[in-house]
Amino acid sequence: MRPLTYERATTVDGAVRSQAQGPDARFLAGGTNLVDLMKYGVETPGKLVDVSRLPLSTIEPLPAGGLRVGALVKNADLAEDPRVVRAYPVLSQALLSGASPQLRNLATTGGNLLQRTRCWYFYDTAFACNKRAPGSGCPAILGQNRIHAVLGQSEACIAVHPSDLAVALAMLDAQVQLQGPEGPRTIPIGELHRLPGDTPHLETTLKHGELITAVDVPALPLAARSRYVKVRDRASFAFALTSVAVALSVSGGVVEDVRLALGGVAPKPWRPLEAERALRGRPANAHSFREAAELALQGAKGFPHNRFKIELAKRSIVRGLVELLEA
Amino acid sequence: MATRDEGKAPAPPLVGQPMSRVDGTLKVTGAARYAAEFELPGLVHAVLVESPIARGTVKSLDTRAAEKAPGVLAVITQKTMPTMPTPTVPPAGDSTPLLDWTIRHSGQIVAVVVAGTLEQAQHAAELVKAAYDEEKPEVELEAKLETGFVPNTSFRPGESKRGNVEQGVAGAATKIDEVYRTPPEHHNPMEPHATVAAWEGERLTVYDATQGVTNTAQNLCELFGLSHDDVRVIDPFVGGGFGGKGQSWPHTPLTALAAKLVKRPVKCVLTRRQMFMTVGHRPQTRQANLLAARRDGRLLALRHAAHNHTSRRDEFMEPTGASPALLYACDNVAISHRLVRLDVSSPTYMRAPGESSGNFSLETAMDELAVALVMDPIELRLENYAEKDESTGRPFSSKSLKECYAKGAEAFGWAKRDPRPGARREGRWLWGTGMATAAYPSLFRPAAARAVMLADGSVRVLCGTQDLGTGTYTILTQVAADTLGVAPSKVRVELADTRLPAAPTSGGSCSATSAGSAVLLACRALRSRVLQYATGDEDSPLFNVRAAELATKDGVVSVAREPSRRASYEDILGRWGKRSVEQEAFAEPGRERGQPSSAPQAGEHSMYGFGAQFCEVKVDADLGTVRVTRWTGAFALGKVLNAKTLTSQLQGGIVWGIGMALHEKSLMDVRQGRFVNTNLAEYHVPVNADVPPIEIVLVAEKDELVSPLGAKGAGEIGITGAVAAIGNAIFHATGKRVRELPFTLDTVLDGQVA
Repeated sequence: MRPLTYERATTVDGAVRSQAQGPDARFLAGGTNLVDLMKYGVETPGKLVDVSRLPLSTIEPLPAGGLRVGALVKNADLAEDPRVVRAYPVLSQALLSGASPQLRNLATTGGNLLQRTRCWYFYDTAFACNKRAPGSGCPAILGQNRIHAVLGQSEACIAVHPSDLAVALAMLDAQVQLQGPEGPRTIPIGELHRLPGDTPHLETTLKHGELITAVDVPALPLAARSRYVKVRDRASFAFALTSVAVALSVSGGVVEDVRLALGGVAPKPWRPLEAERALRGRPANAHSFREAAELALQGAKGFPHNRFKIELAKRSIVRGLVELLEA
Repeated sequence: MATRDEGKAPAPPLVGQPMSRVDGTLKVTGAARYAAEFELPGLVHAVLVESPIARGTVKSLDTRAAEKAPGVLAVITQKTMPTMPTPTVPPAGDSTPLLDWTIRHSGQIVAVVVAGTLEQAQHAAELVKAAYDEEKPEVELEAKLETGFVPNTSFRPGESKRGNVEQGVAGAATKIDEVYRTPPEHHNPMEPHATVAAWEGERLTVYDATQGVTNTAQNLCELFGLSHDDVRVIDPFVGGGFGGKGQSWPHTPLTALAAKLVKRPVKCVLTRRQMFMTVGHRPQTRQANLLAARRDGRLLALRHAAHNHTSRRDEFMEPTGASPALLYACDNVAISHRLVRLDVSSPTYMRAPGESSGNFSLETAMDELAVALVMDPIELRLENYAEKDESTGRPFSSKSLKECYAKGAEAFGWAKRDPRPGARREGRWLWGTGMATAAYPSLFRPAAARAVMLADGSVRVLCGTQDLGTGTYTILTQVAADTLGVAPSKVRVELADTRLPAAPTSGGSCSATSAGSAVLLACRALRSRVLQYATGDEDSPLFNVRAAELATKDGVVSVAREPSRRASYEDILGRWGKRSVEQEAFAEPGRERGQPSSAPQAGEHSMYGFGAQFCEVKVDADLGTVRVTRWTGAFALGKVLNAKTLTSQLQGGIVWGIGMALHEKSLMDVRQGRFVNTNLAEYHVPVNADVPPIEIVLVAEKDELVSPLGAKGAGEIGITGAVAAIGNAIFHATGKRVRELPFTLDTVLDGQVA
């Protein structure tokens, strides 16, 4: 706990301006992750810009189809929205598989995408952590790494991104609407998160002062048959060991189109595009699914405690696709 | 204890009834005050600064910035710490805080910051700059097995032996020889440890989250050199203890010391992370079991060789061998425990210490033996049924385990089981069932209580025991109301204050029996006393009636055969001009446990509660996830005091068993010697979705030796047997035997996925 200043933003522009002025300022929305991290001394903002009352809490249809989800739409509201349930079941399932009802009532769409890793070492300032204290080292690589990444990690960091929502949105090719000091811009969700490389403390491509204002979920008829499979250590209220967001259309026993995204295995939501490409036009059966899963995990690298995730992720992909096939 | 009115149906005694908690309303309305909620005038806050390293020395400790920070009243370090004696209450290694500059475990307290507000104290605590000479910590049990030693002091024997194991093995047709492992686990009660301390001159009052106010007071007396009259410890409500609050930990004396230094009341509440650092845990165990049997299942030899870690300064033994020593009949038994010193904080008692962890290994091995012999697991257990406690040769005061097997099996539908592993598959789910024996000793410790009748006929029951959330207030209300014949609404129970008659620490499942017996005796004595007043009053309609002919009910004393001759308690006390009448009683093993003087004395019998656990699991064939789908636990625990709180206790134990089996594990970073998953998001305990409906079958049992109440403790037996039952069901579902806790999906899929 450190002394800090607090400002309540009343307009998006005001929030962006206020945040941009403070080099150590942070936006505060639901606070379900940031406040925890402040208590642990992991986040030490000098200023909090409270954006929770900005008018960004609506879900509106987009002109070309799809939905614009305001950045402050609560996870609980998004999960229960009838349009989401109907057109994007994967999104609803991903949200409801995360956290607890109390947390979902507070956590926001934008905040969910920006939540920090649950790596144990990141959470405890008694340990080194390249993400928290650049250059201090990564104790997870030679330490406890059961919940860590098997894809996309680096020698500096093997943490995973914990969001379920982000995995579903990555599969849906969502677009992230931003407002920054230099004006608005839109980026594909796949470009929101960075891989750690040798700068694991830089987690997103957001510029300082930029605020997520909305997430656009494009029209995707395929998504009406979509599913989120989450594998975890307890039946509820646990982060994914592996998860998969899948959408599938089959015509005449052949895969017409397919989308895959993986969670719990990489520093960002993982889109195995090659596996998707390889599966299109193939017979829709467990054998093809397994081949695609092998491709999706190609190059995966495990550590002493998390090697199981490689096979588990493959089985999760097959499970998700088979369930859609049988549905 | 109920009385009969002529011509009326007998009123059922309250004891045994599923009475709802008398403190329920207080709790759900937030009116029940826990230790940290005593906001004394002028209260200030203490925050602990801990070591990030596990082994080494403090090189320097710069407190200047902290001392200058806003609101800071004091920074206590080893430098400013007065010399304190080592307390005698074991295990006491960590109980002398800020002893020297040596670091013996990660999370060891190196400074205490006291400030006007919690935020000021938290901020200043971050400004304390410590530098350390760090040494490589030793935190791996299995790397140091050869250093294992037999403890000098333990609450259970470190070694025991009967017969000759080698000879037994030589004649055996089958043997199981395997190693079983359990990880460190942390108690994590909902209420964190907390202390509020206030001095008036040389008198100290402490509100402490503790399972034993007497124990905490004793500790403070010794550390501060105070007399018992000068220390008062109070804790009316405890938000769970599970053994973690069974002894006094360093934050308690430090808070008292801080209050003394700043001359204000001080509050210290541990953070959830600190709950993993300085307040104990269940130690890691490695248990090697050898079971050798004849073809008909009869055990010929049993060896249990266990190691667990302890800290640099304590000798805490997890007595995993306690159950193997006596659960089954066997002539050749060797039990040994070895402790391994590591740079880890002191382990301690955790729900069914040794009984839960040791039962897991034994009851898993028994299942393996049943599989090897192609025997039904219950049949194997009946073949080796112990009619007496073979570890001591003493008879059991009562043992109804056969009935538990039978009633549990019937309720669960065990007879329909296809014993072949992996035989039942539905879609992606593999289904299996498993069982195990539950057992826990029925402890009884000396306890005192006072019963007071006031002029209006209402009753106060005073006892220095604690209610950890288990229902002690309620049970004592029932006992008092029944014994005195008053409505429960007329009884007020006051607990957990060292000004009250002393009772033992609430641990070892002994509170209901020990404190309950003391209350029973005090209320009996009070009843006799009041009846003397009634029958000794010439103007009373009860004059000269023999006490045995009197009935007491609804606050009225009457002649049993002539109910019109009656007088209310209020009248009786009023006629004698008494504002109150009180009696104190002391219950102790040997004198009253066995009741009449002709009854066997303490130590002549072995006293245990027994049960049988049955569960069904489904295992995802591809993903390895385990879900418990059904549960039946049958228990015989003597007299049922309250069917509702008893069932809750047993269910709670089973829920914990599910957690121990599937979730709980404190992960240690070996290089730094520090636990890593130190929060409740990452240290998993079961959530509602993990827990199936749990059926509790209470098997009738009469035991007049175990306690004056005839009841056995129930706080811990529920977890015993639960873990093995789940592992045995996983084996039945999948054919995969996992001998290391917890049974996470990667262990269940081991061999397939990595």
